[in-house]
Amino acid sequence: MAFFLETLLGGLMSGMLYSLVALGFVLIYKASGVFNFAQGAMVLFAALSMARFSEWIPQWLGMDNLFIANVLAFAVSVAIMFVVAWLIERLVLRHLVNQEGATLLMATLGIAYFLDGVGQTIFGSDIYKIDVGMPKDPVMMLESVFEGGILINKEDFIAALISALLVVALTIFFQKTSTGRALRAVADDHQAAQSIGIPLGRIWVIVWCVAGITALVAGIIWGSKLGAQFSLSTVALRALPVVILGGLTSVPGAILGGLIIGVGEKLSEVFLGPYVGGGIEIWFAYMLALVFLLFRPQGLFGEKIIDRV
Amino acid sequence: MSGRKFGEVILDLKNISLSFGGVKALQDISFDVLEHEVRAIIGPNGAGKSSMLNVINGVYRPQQGEIILRGEHFANMNSYMAAKAGLARTFQNIALFKGMSVLDNIMTGRNLKMKANMLQQAFWFGPAQREELEHRLKVEEIIDFLEIQHIRKTPVGRLPYGLQKRVDLARALAMEPQILLLDEPMAGMNVEEKQDMCRFILDVNDQFGTTVVLIEHDMGVVMDISDRVVVLDYGKKIGDGTPDEVRANPDVISAYLGASH
Repeated sequence: MAFFLETLLGGLMSGMLYSLVALGFVLIYKASGVFNFAQGAMVLFAALSMARFSEWIPQWLGMDNLFIANVLAFAVSVAIMFVVAWLIERLVLRHLVNQEGATLLMATLGIAYFLDGVGQTIFGSDIYKIDVGMPKDPVMMLESVFEGGILINKEDFIAALISALLVVALTIFFQKTSTGRALRAVADDHQAAQSIGIPLGRIWVIVWCVAGITALVAGIIWGSKLGAQFSLSTVALRALPVVILGGLTSVPGAILGGLIIGVGEKLSEVFLGPYVGGGIEIWFAYMLALVFLLFRPQGLFGEKIIDRV
Repeated sequence: MSGRKFGEVILDLKNISLSFGGVKALQDISFDVLEHEVRAIIGPNGAGKSSMLNVINGVYRPQQGEIILRGEHFANMNSYMAAKAGLARTFQNIALFKGMSVLDNIMTGRNLKMKANMLQQAFWFGPAQREELEHRLKVEEIIDFLEIQHIRKTPVGRLPYGLQKRVDLARALAMEPQILLLDEPMAGMNVEEKQDMCRFILDVNDQFGTTVVLIEHDMGVVMDISDRVVVLDYGKKIGDGTPDEVRANPDVISAYLGASH
């Protein structure tokens, strides 16, 4: 029982991290109807910026305080992600208003390669350390309930907590504010949104800024686990099944999708793995996504697409 | 129509020409719209009616011609400017926000009138909250007016066609426009729905004094509710005047009935 619970919690926490990346996809898809292939590249770009500036800033200022360095690096990275968002709107999206979804998708593919390249040109292509003081040691919990207690990874726990907070904030933003409403309106119909005086350009900048910040948070958390390196951009691929499962248009869906996949991966690996020789964790999510695509293509919470014939 | 008072020219279109490649959608079209009138644009399929509306609304930019709105010249109109200048529109193929509720859809129409900044909204500060409530009141008025109270929480995608058209109108009305542009408001409706829609259009015109420019296919309906009618055919203006004048115009008759030349 304790072992099961331990696996379950581990799954939930790693699921929360998937959700964080999935959120980036959902945000941009909701607001512009674009499947943003560049989300992974943005995570990498943000993580590199965070890692490098937290290294450079103490050198430039000649000080030795990790906390201040991190805060400054975070602020600079936020600013950089804002600039990236603004440039994407200015140079790419503005010229593609009212275009087909496929065109926009291809554009984000281009942005992805561009960001990958430019990120590594500016910040270098080694593996860099992000140290935001995440505790690395695991703790024992519930020792009174189970014999030996259950082992919790503190780092994962804090990461899950941060993700949860971000999700709550974003949900409120989307559902309760009039800017959020305008964002949803733009997502549904560019032309109609324009005709009622919603400024498309500004909305898109806001959305990419929000997605940029989400990418930064994801980049910092994943980066402090794995190091800021090129493979971070493939983290986004792991979030793909999550968005398929949860539905591309649903913030709660991204969370629940992440949790289901996180838990499913861990449980199947531990309990089914031995029968098939292990390795389930790697393909479990994609398998689940495939099943969903066959039977419920809009995902758990996505809006069903009904076309008038 | 004698009892109704029209104002000055509120919208003046001068020598509008629009072409897509070799296709001349509009050729040298001029007409004006008086304040508080119901002005119809009619014509057979492909006559350029929708193009005309899209030019007024700033979706298309004409190669030639001028749009003069309340004496102000607009050389490069776009949708956002049009909305700011008090023009609202509905769409022929309903362009509502399908995933959102009826209420939310109509609330988006208040977007331009909202003043609270994003930070205030995000944290639901005093001014943002008060503002939201004020706008909500206005929206409820419109909902009552168009008799759609019973569906206000329903996602728009689930509504039947006729009601969606009504929500589309409601969203446009939420902008409190000076000029309402309606793109085939009665298309695809049954007789009963058409009657309702006619009533709403006339009520809007009557009670709010909103100027209405509408495109319509159904000649009968147009003649009943319009004060003046422009007739287009193959991108050219072939008639302009009161419904009676237009009905007697031989060019119009031949365009619609295909008289022998």
